[in-house]
Amino acid sequence: MKQKFDIIRSRCVPLPLENIDTDQIIPARFLKATTREESFFGENLFRDWRFNPDGTVNKDFVLNDPTYSGEILVAGKNFGSGSSREHAAWAIAGYGFRVVISSFFADIHKNNELNNFVLPVVVSEDFLAELFKSIKENPSMEVEVNLPEQKVTNCATGRSENFEINGYKKYCLMNALDDIDFLLENKEKTEAFETAGL
Amino acid sequence: MNTLFDKIWDAHVVQNVTDGPTQLYIDRLYCHEVTSPQAFEGLRRRGIKCFRPEKIFCMPDHNTPTHDQDKPIEDKVSREQVDTLEKNAKEFGLEHFGMLHPKNGIIHVVGPERGLSLPGMTIVCGDSHTSTHGAMGAVAFGIGTSEVEMVMASQCILQQKPKSMRINVEGKLAKGVTAKDMALYLMSKLTTSGATGYFVEYAGEAVRDLSMEGRLTLCNLSIEMGARGGFIAPDEKTFEYLKDREYAPKGEDWDKAVEYWKTLKSGEDAVFDKELTFRAEDIEPMVTYGTNPGMGMGITDSIPQLDTIPEEGRESFIKSLEYMGFEPGQELLGTPVDYVFLGACTNGRIEDFYAFASIVNGRKKHPDVTAWLVPGSWMVYDQLKREGLDKFFERAGFEIRQPGCSACLAMNDDKIPAGKLAVSTSNRNFEGRQGPGARTILASPLTAAAAAVTGKITDPRTL
Repeated sequence: MKQKFDIIRSRCVPLPLENIDTDQIIPARFLKATTREESFFGENLFRDWRFNPDGTVNKDFVLNDPTYSGEILVAGKNFGSGSSREHAAWAIAGYGFRVVISSFFADIHKNNELNNFVLPVVVSEDFLAELFKSIKENPSMEVEVNLPEQKVTNCATGRSENFEINGYKKYCLMNALDDIDFLLENKEKTEAFETAGL
Repeated sequence: MNTLFDKIWDAHVVQNVTDGPTQLYIDRLYCHEVTSPQAFEGLRRRGIKCFRPEKIFCMPDHNTPTHDQDKPIEDKVSREQVDTLEKNAKEFGLEHFGMLHPKNGIIHVVGPERGLSLPGMTIVCGDSHTSTHGAMGAVAFGIGTSEVEMVMASQCILQQKPKSMRINVEGKLAKGVTAKDMALYLMSKLTTSGATGYFVEYAGEAVRDLSMEGRLTLCNLSIEMGARGGFIAPDEKTFEYLKDREYAPKGEDWDKAVEYWKTLKSGEDAVFDKELTFRAEDIEPMVTYGTNPGMGMGITDSIPQLDTIPEEGRESFIKSLEYMGFEPGQELLGTPVDYVFLGACTNGRIEDFYAFASIVNGRKKHPDVTAWLVPGSWMVYDQLKREGLDKFFERAGFEIRQPGCSACLAMNDDKIPAGKLAVSTSNRNFEGRQGPGARTILASPLTAAAAAVTGKITDPRTL
């Protein structure tokens, strides 16, 4: 959903597993929808980890643990690997997350998050490990993500780190603009390119 | 600099956005039914049409059943998604190869075999295995649905230029070792994130020696190392493969095209951001033992011990083996197998069926194994029939099904039941990928065939 992004301060949901693939974020059987209702995908975020095979709630999974809540998902290295399905980003957005923090993101999924106004924040391994520790010690601790300053802060320890985002994408997020708006404005350039021939 | 990737990329740059991505021109957009409906919906919401409809080709593949395709799809939601693609293609004036159309099949099998994917092109699709088309010497990569909409709207995409990597595989592959094993070997060395941020050029004697079909398999799996895409410089083999294919240039256009294609190679002085070299002789038939494609090993090896895994990865490693029902240190040879799947955009081409047949060769399907043999397209299916291979497989207790993605991601009825162990020629062994609770071992068509006839994990070199 197009929405302006500025500064977010929130509690976190920790998922300290590596290589979480998009098949886990949203299993293939939920890809059959032909509309883009984020709430539908949000309800099925991490479906097979949230629910047991018999349909009962898996109380051990972090999203079902009332101790944790917030708009920030904190995940282990290589988040979003595998399938290009944007449904994974819709599910994350639909569930209510606006930021995902990890030490490493898979390429396609990272773009998909950005295109859905979810901010992927890449932090160092060290920062991530400390953050998992802080959340474990105090689940109500908060993290501040400051997009204008490109700074992420662990409010429990006060430790900050800068994160990268290209100037164009930052502008888009802060002003709720998407790439298609930009490309439509640049149609003449595309036509000139075509005329010049490949 | 001066890599083949640079040459193709630079030839497609419309503009470089200040402090931002590149606006890249796209020659070919493929659409399947799963990742396109929301893109079409987006165009309608914006009140715009496709900018260059003639450059877009649509076909359903993920939801299509592999039997009785002449009857309506039983699953209502699947049917609606397949029907929606047809309606959208019609509304927006796009070429559409529907179910039972002679040109239908898995999009990544159809593109190359019809000559739609050509050297030097930029090719995208809302599907991570779009890297397959790189085997033709094209820059091909998977994109999300917002990006599909972007290309429909403008024939362009905004992308950061990836870094370049060259992977050389030198020497000769041993008998019984295939392109699939080469790819699984590379993943086991690089892990599933080892090439993230890179576009990979595959080179070296063992890569050049691969058939076009082998090259398609290798490039297909680039994404499983995290790479945006992977490709192989076009050569005489590529031109030979493409000549006279339906959508390939003809006559004078062909000669002109080949002349250009011959220039498509990295310069002698090319500098890559990263370069890796492996020996083909080190590769044996591979199997995976965990729940990501990077968790692979030689078929005669044992699963790693826990203390060999870096500490931060142990929780994921243990979770993975628990799901698979395996123990650290365990050998997999001799493990009973319930299902065998031959097919997918990875291994659903005619040579994959020849490879499978070479192991069957007089043997019969093991009675405890359920085997699904799914051609990647009607073209492959028709060739199997024409050459009598359907009868050959029937006599051995196998049935050739109708084309589609099938059990690779189980969006149709072809689901591996919970707890069952499958040896699969597909591309992902993620938890639940082939059906909730299904356990997947990725392998080559030879290893899959060896499992199908013996009922257990078997080294195909021993048959």
